[in-house]
Amino acid sequence: MFAKQITKNSRTKAQVETTGHIWDGVQELNNPLPRWWVWVLYLTIIWGIGYTIAYPAWPMISGATQGILGPQERAAVAAEIDRFDSANGDIKAALIAAPLADIPADEALKAYAIPAGASVFKNNCATCHGSGAAGVQGKGYPNLLDNDWLWGGDMEAIHTTLTHGIRNATDPDARYSQMPKFGADGLLEPAQIAGVVEHVLKISGQDHDAALASAGATVFTENCVACHTEAGTGDRAQGAPNLTDAIWLYGGTRETITNTVINARFGVMPAWAGRLPEDEIRAVASYVHSLGGGEAAPSPAP
Amino acid sequence: MSSTDQSPPPELYAAREPIFPRRVSGTFRNLKWALMALMLGIYYITPWIRWDRGPNLPDQAVLIDMAGRRFFFFMIEIWPHEFYFVAGLLIMAGLGLFLFTSAVGRVWCGYACPQTVWTDLFILVERWIEGDRNARIRLHRQPWNWEKLIKNGVKWWAWLAIALATGGAWIFYFTDAPTLFYDLIYFQAHPIAYITMGVLTGTTFFFGGFAREQICIYACPWPRIQAAMMDEDTLTIAYRDWRGEPRGKQDVQGNGDCIDCMACVNVCPQGIDIRDGQQLACITCGLCIDACNGVMDKIGKPRDLIGYLALTDELAERAGAPKKSLWRHILRVRTVIYTVLLAGVGIGLIVALFLRVPLDVNVTPIRNPQYVTLSDGSIRNAYDLRLRNMQGDDRVFAVSASSIATFLLAFDGQADLNITVPANQTKTVRLFVTAPLETLAVGAERTDLRLWVMDMGPNGTAVEPLRIHYDTVFYGAEVHDKDNRRGQEKDD
Repeated sequence: MFAKQITKNSRTKAQVETTGHIWDGVQELNNPLPRWWVWVLYLTIIWGIGYTIAYPAWPMISGATQGILGPQERAAVAAEIDRFDSANGDIKAALIAAPLADIPADEALKAYAIPAGASVFKNNCATCHGSGAAGVQGKGYPNLLDNDWLWGGDMEAIHTTLTHGIRNATDPDARYSQMPKFGADGLLEPAQIAGVVEHVLKISGQDHDAALASAGATVFTENCVACHTEAGTGDRAQGAPNLTDAIWLYGGTRETITNTVINARFGVMPAWAGRLPEDEIRAVASYVHSLGGGEAAPSPAP
Repeated sequence: MSSTDQSPPPELYAAREPIFPRRVSGTFRNLKWALMALMLGIYYITPWIRWDRGPNLPDQAVLIDMAGRRFFFFMIEIWPHEFYFVAGLLIMAGLGLFLFTSAVGRVWCGYACPQTVWTDLFILVERWIEGDRNARIRLHRQPWNWEKLIKNGVKWWAWLAIALATGGAWIFYFTDAPTLFYDLIYFQAHPIAYITMGVLTGTTFFFGGFAREQICIYACPWPRIQAAMMDEDTLTIAYRDWRGEPRGKQDVQGNGDCIDCMACVNVCPQGIDIRDGQQLACITCGLCIDACNGVMDKIGKPRDLIGYLALTDELAERAGAPKKSLWRHILRVRTVIYTVLLAGVGIGLIVALFLRVPLDVNVTPIRNPQYVTLSDGSIRNAYDLRLRNMQGDDRVFAVSASSIATFLLAFDGQADLNITVPANQTKTVRLFVTAPLETLAVGAERTDLRLWVMDMGPNGTAVEPLRIHYDTVFYGAEVHDKDNRRGQEKDD
């Protein structure tokens, strides 16, 4: 009853016929549409025609009609990129001009460099070092989050590593060192190798054979200290790893250390100068420095 | 359609019939004037109310700051992560719709809807310039001449001025009103401001001046939604046909109270005849009640031939029952339940506002990698802390941790654990948590960790610091080793 009354209308009741459809007492009236309604329909058709003239619309054999206003999205994106580039121009120049050691203390530079560096890192460095910069454990791709550095962890050292790379054939200024293949080249007897491996296990605080290790200590002194030092703490000038800590580039088990002594290792990193602009290299350096292992600049030699 | 059909097919389209509502006075007309003044007043004045929040926050009492993602309402400030307040308000709006519609039907449409209010205002202007109903009909029918041109021109310009003021007031809610007003006048404001103003001016002008009841009948979904929420006790406006019919001359024996004077039809802004019964186009504005009561007073008949009544009244009164009090319709179990729910949500929101802490921390544990082994064998986890300072001055937040295990906390390049967050801002910092060698958490798979953030005040010297915490987990080296061992077993 309620719904039936709703359908009544003074102007329609007398003149308008019903369609003959009745549901639960509700009749469907055959009311005319408002005239403006049909004009709106015509307007949308005109708009549609105008739109297909103004913008890309009609598919052709190759491509589509371009429209007199043309496709603008690509140009809009390019303009947007230009806008951000020019907006970042000042901070990029400031990043290049700043002394490397001062960047970590400069909040304004850091606020730009660290997120920018994270982005560059994920595009260029994550392939080897991982998207979280944790490297690949045991495969020779260093973890950049810890506080152990092969070639130094202050801004200057990280920047040099990034710019020139490590042991690559393309950059003459690349950091370079090479460990002899003590086993493969027959420099040490198998027994000597077994001894030096036990010595390394000993100085890194792991389970070892004490008798073999004391014999190995001599071998170590005669063959390894030039790079790894007497105490086995390594030498960053030569990229020689610290053998006494808990971090291993290729693994710290008896098997992997033996393998390392016999065949040596030769980790390579490309030079990024020329591939990345200087501001991006500095941004990546700032990002890597901020990941928890960044070191302060070494105090100048007395 | 069959070929034997003799009658011509009905017209597919019909032009709008113009409506010329007559002036009316009475209770509901006065109520509508008062509500119109109140609502338009609130709409126009609100953005100009000032509210001092200190030097770092805007001093506009009601401000929707889209760019800064803040909502200011007098003493209340809502951040985007507190959107549940807005959700609560929307729930209240929904319950309010249920309550008002089930109790008094389309009261929104008749009294509060902007379409109704602005149309009412536009009709008022129209009446001032062109005269009342008969004068307007005459003007409408006469051919175009100077009088018609001038009257219409003045009317349209007046409408346009109102429309411009409507669109203009809207944009003041979204930015500092005095500044924007100055910029608008000197043509320095952002194009978006002018475009928004233009669109709202155009729609107000067109909807209020020309589309009017067509919006209610053809464009608006409310009438359909509201019809679904009404029941047989809901108050609507109806004609007591059992009292009024047969309508006709008063002095003819047997005629009802309706003298068929058409007063109710002439005042109707929707152009309908309420005597046809309830209908979709009726917005229940009550003007026909005022018109009919005026006539009934004049002819000495009781009032309320047209009045608020429910469907149950119709049946009862037709059977001879006396009029039922309107309150008996409004106070029902259904409406009481809606009221209780509405009040419950409202009280909940107020309590939540009072319990609101003006600082917040969100912790994202960095799980790529889960942990880092440091050179001495200790284990480090990293967490991104998102600190929100929801106050009007800079604050020093002191970070600490509590756990059954021992941990060392550090921020990159910083000696202490204090973070200064500028007023009304969010700052994300990376916290390094290290389990020193040979402590509990190094070898444990997971250790529960509770991070505390204390608001040490503007200078970092608060005596009774406000503090909040966030529970997270520290991962030790155990998981990884176990996975490795399992892997090796498989290889063997």
